[in-house]
Amino acid sequence: MTDKIVAENLSKVFGDDPGQALKLVRDGKTKDEVLAETGQTIGVQSIDFSVAEGEVFVVMGLSGSGKSTLVRMLNRLIDASDGKILVDGENLRDANAETLRKLRLEKIAMVFQHFALFPHKSVLENVEYGLKIAGIPSSERRRRALDALDKVGLSAWADRKPSALSGGMQQRVGLARGLAVDPEILLMDEPFSALDPLIRKDMQTELLALQRELKKTIVFITHDLDEALTLGDRIAIMKEGRFVQVGTAEEIVGNPADDYVAAFTQDIDRARVFDASAVMRPPEALQLKDGDFATARQQLDELGRDALHVLNGEAVFGVITRRSIAEAERQEGASLRDAVRRDAPTAEPSTPLHELYDSCSSGLPVAITDDRGRFVGVVPPEAVFQLLAKDTDKTHRGDAPADEDDAADAPAMSA
Amino acid sequence: MWQPSDTFEIPLDAWVETAIKGWLVPNFREAFQAVQTPISFVLEGLDLGLQAIPMPVFAIALTVVAWVVASRGLAIFTLVSLAIVDLIGVWTQTMTTLAMILTAVLFCAIVGVPLGIAASRSDRFEKGIRPVLDIMQTIPPFVYLVPIVMLFGVGMTPGIIATIIFALPPIIRLTNLGIRSVPEDLIEAAYAFGSSPRQVLWEVQLPLALRTIMAGLNQTLMLALSMAVIAALIGAGGLGLTVYTGLGRLDVGAATEGGLGIVLLAMILDRITQALGSDAPSRTPGLLETLKSFFSKRAPATSPT
Repeated sequence: MTDKIVAENLSKVFGDDPGQALKLVRDGKTKDEVLAETGQTIGVQSIDFSVAEGEVFVVMGLSGSGKSTLVRMLNRLIDASDGKILVDGENLRDANAETLRKLRLEKIAMVFQHFALFPHKSVLENVEYGLKIAGIPSSERRRRALDALDKVGLSAWADRKPSALSGGMQQRVGLARGLAVDPEILLMDEPFSALDPLIRKDMQTELLALQRELKKTIVFITHDLDEALTLGDRIAIMKEGRFVQVGTAEEIVGNPADDYVAAFTQDIDRARVFDASAVMRPPEALQLKDGDFATARQQLDELGRDALHVLNGEAVFGVITRRSIAEAERQEGASLRDAVRRDAPTAEPSTPLHELYDSCSSGLPVAITDDRGRFVGVVPPEAVFQLLAKDTDKTHRGDAPADEDDAADAPAMSA
Repeated sequence: MWQPSDTFEIPLDAWVETAIKGWLVPNFREAFQAVQTPISFVLEGLDLGLQAIPMPVFAIALTVVAWVVASRGLAIFTLVSLAIVDLIGVWTQTMTTLAMILTAVLFCAIVGVPLGIAASRSDRFEKGIRPVLDIMQTIPPFVYLVPIVMLFGVGMTPGIIATIIFALPPIIRLTNLGIRSVPEDLIEAAYAFGSSPRQVLWEVQLPLALRTIMAGLNQTLMLALSMAVIAALIGAGGLGLTVYTGLGRLDVGAATEGGLGIVLLAMILDRITQALGSDAPSRTPGLLETLKSFFSKRAPATSPT
């Protein structure tokens, strides 16, 4: 995958002499020291990152961490003070007004926290806005806007005013407005934060479904780690204008870079972050045709396990346990086939752990098969619980992330 | 007790005399005269037109307008008021006053809206124009009547120019205010979709500021009407002249007729422009709805909320 957006050493200073503030930062002063000394605020401080084409890159941080500033620098609603922003290899900071306008018209669309729908325009006119600005004839832009409304399931509301719609619906219109111009990059600035939790969950699911179909490059800003973990291919945790950690959901939760990240991740339901592949053991199994009771027992002893999968060719045939072998042996003329329990649970490597609970309750190991049905690993029930138990290794209670700017946001983290 | 003026007095009156009589009038009289041309052109056209329309036609037309933009109640009020105006014998003067007011308001809008837009886009311009507007609003009109007469002479058009000076500030202020109070996030969204500043103005700022601008227009209209009598001092006609002559002759009756005409005209115009400025659906059914309900058996459609 190629990099769609690359940011190098990106900084933003709010003040009249950014050069001076940046120099102080390079000399190792903190944000607060710079503020005290020069009266200038560091919004974003020397951030490097890249977003691959078709990737969902989530920036998570509390309010005041600079995440909104960061996303606005990507379409230059806010001009960066230092560094580079490359979109398809071209430095955005060098772009003149005309190039910038073209970029915003065609390549980069944005969805806003408080929807920012135009109250005097109908839903359809709102969705059409970007196309109208681009000078596209009205019949075509109407068609494309209706297409976009269709994608978010609101075509029946085209002629209503946004004020007639609920919050969730309004944000769908916001999303449709972004999608209507068919951009390559979608910037989403806390799009679901103003929605109540159930609607937010729906919108997340819907966005993921849309993304599977559209494969846009998305930079998604949020203050909700759950949301970040649900949506992000990669997640950046931001604090005081810097990235504290960048990684996949599993990397962030499984291996937090510092106490700050760890404090966020402690309340996260790990079973939703990790999937079967995280706890998968090697695919030990017995072939049905060349096994008998003795070899089966021997193998169980060698592996130190109480159950073993039996394959028929490449496909999983079932599972044998010490007990099923013992029961089969008591029967006259029984073969290994009679000892195999066919109710062995199976799952895919990408199945989240919380969906494995039911399979694990049988006590049998879960066979992990890939999309072609090949046996690729085993998840013993105890492995699931071992991973979940890692939660309690680190007890960070008491030093929940504090943010001096807006402590009110903090409870949302654990929501 | 001694006070500074005992020793020295600033000859402000002499300075102003010299500045206006010695410099402004001889050098710029032509330029000021030229400004009059479009104003008198519009005024004469409007006056001719309004006088040519038969009273019943005009009354019914304005009644329909009142019904469409406002309510049935206002329509009835309009019809009755215009009938009264005609019955007390000041119809011609009322039409002249209306032509003057409309001309003044038109030029106030032509000048004021762009100035308001400019003030909303530049803090420096706003800072510069604010004291000028304050002066225009606080200075008594009588003070500038004399220089106006010197520069423009007497007659209808100088009267309108005095009216424009008096009535201009609200539309500038409220255009500026209306544009400035458009939510920042909407402007940001408009820019994020690639709008140019001009497109932001036309697509987002002006439509959203329209209600406030209309309120400014309403204020300007009211101020213009309140100038009707003062403008008569320098030769403007209409209802103002009726009042002014009544005043001169201590003819209470004539002054009352002129005053009543101004008040009724003001009320009609005020209510209609206010209704234009608010999107809120009127409580009584509008003309279209009433007509529709005549032709369909269903109850009049309730407007969607």
